[in-house]
Amino acid sequence: MPCFAAGGDHPRQGGSLNDLNSWHEDSIVHELSIAQSLLEIVLEESRKHRMTKVRVIRLQVGELAAVVPDSLMFCFGMISENTVACGAILEIEAVPVVARCSQCQLMFEVENHVFSCPECDVPVMDLVSGRDLSVMSMEGEREESDGAD
Amino acid sequence: MGQIEVPVVRNILQANERLAASNRRRFQEAGIYVINLMSSPGAGKTSLLEKTIDGLAGQLRMAVIEGDIQSSHDAERIRTKGVQAVQINTEGGCHLDANMIQIAVESLELENLDVLIIENVGNLVCPAEFDLGEHDKVMILSVTEGDDKPLKYPLMFQLSSVLVINKVDLLPYIHCDVQLIRERTRQLNGNQEIFEVSCTSGSGMDLWLEWLKKKVQGVKDQLSRQGEA
Ligand SMILES: Nc1nc2c(ncn2[C@@H]2O[C@H](COP(=O)(O)OP(=O)(O)O)[C@@H](O)[C@H]2O)c(=O)[nH]1
Ligand SMILES: [Mg+2]
Ligand SMILES: [Zn+2]
Repeated sequence: MPCFAAGGDHPRQGGSLNDLNSWHEDSIVHELSIAQSLLEIVLEESRKHRMTKVRVIRLQVGELAAVVPDSLMFCFGMISENTVACGAILEIEAVPVVARCSQCQLMFEVENHVFSCPECDVPVMDLVSGRDLSVMSMEGEREESDGAD
Repeated sequence: MGQIEVPVVRNILQANERLAASNRRRFQEAGIYVINLMSSPGAGKTSLLEKTIDGLAGQLRMAVIEGDIQSSHDAERIRTKGVQAVQINTEGGCHLDANMIQIAVESLELENLDVLIIENVGNLVCPAEFDLGEHDKVMILSVTEGDDKPLKYPLMFQLSSVLVINKVDLLPYIHCDVQLIRERTRQLNGNQEIFEVSCTSGSGMDLWLEWLKKKVQGVKDQLSRQGEA
């Protein structure tokens, strides 16, 4: 089935790889390979749940993850053409960077990239969240099973 | 048609992370210490490797995996020194992944090595996101790149156990505040080791080599403790 809505109503629709490169100076290929892994998971899950169409994909992306949401959406739109996920909207929830102090066990949100405990003033390496890159759920249509439903 | 919502909860990078874990086990079993070396293009990764090979000659057995978008130029620079080098061409890809490393490692005799250094593709963003199974991430920042880089590439600085500040021989000619780099990166990673070096003059290399030898010994000690247990 041809796809007329690659990338959905994504603002970068109609853009080219070159456009993208010029505003994200550190190359697009990174998001492309993440988009590929994402698509693999989406297709696998849609088969598992007998989905004929995926409309929404909900993601969690940590604020420390080296992923630009717009480039991820753009890449996903390109590579998902002619799949059940064609035109799907990526809903991206940003996950704040939270760390835990190894001395006092305090959990705190890391602001301005300062990775030290506000209580003990020691360096903190134990991240609780912030590097997330996960598919949380998908929404779409399921094939009618004979007689059932 | 039935509308449905299905829970998924899967890490997008899970495939890479599984392979990285398997690489890590392989390295552990062979008792070799592995570094993932990262920087922008031209910061001095291959130069640091060349100096390190010279500095360790006759003391440690080393091999190199060279990641590059194209060409095998860097691998040839390493082979000239008599060290085994495997070239990976990513054909446009901006980072190495654990799968590429698993394949490259097949052509190395890990049991006859002490240390393996992987030169990643020149880039301060993407390589940080992909675990290769290394023990430590080591990054190079050359003083010609400026002191604002920790602010722009926080993940890379946060994850790197070591920051090598290279090209300090050029400091008299440029505006770069090394103290400011140290302060900015300390906020991101207060446990980071920092070495100021010049691969051209060789200054600072002794401290870096000492650190590296200690790390290699650490892996060997761990292996022999496991052997006794
Ligand atoms: N002045 C100076 N130049 C250096 C130093 N280290 C490397 N270079 C030069 O920087 C350029 C890039 O080095 P290379 O090792 O190929 O960088 P890579 O792309 O990170 O592998 C080469 O021309 C090197 O000679 C240094 O400490 N001082
Ligand atoms: Mg190089
Ligand atoms: Zn604390």
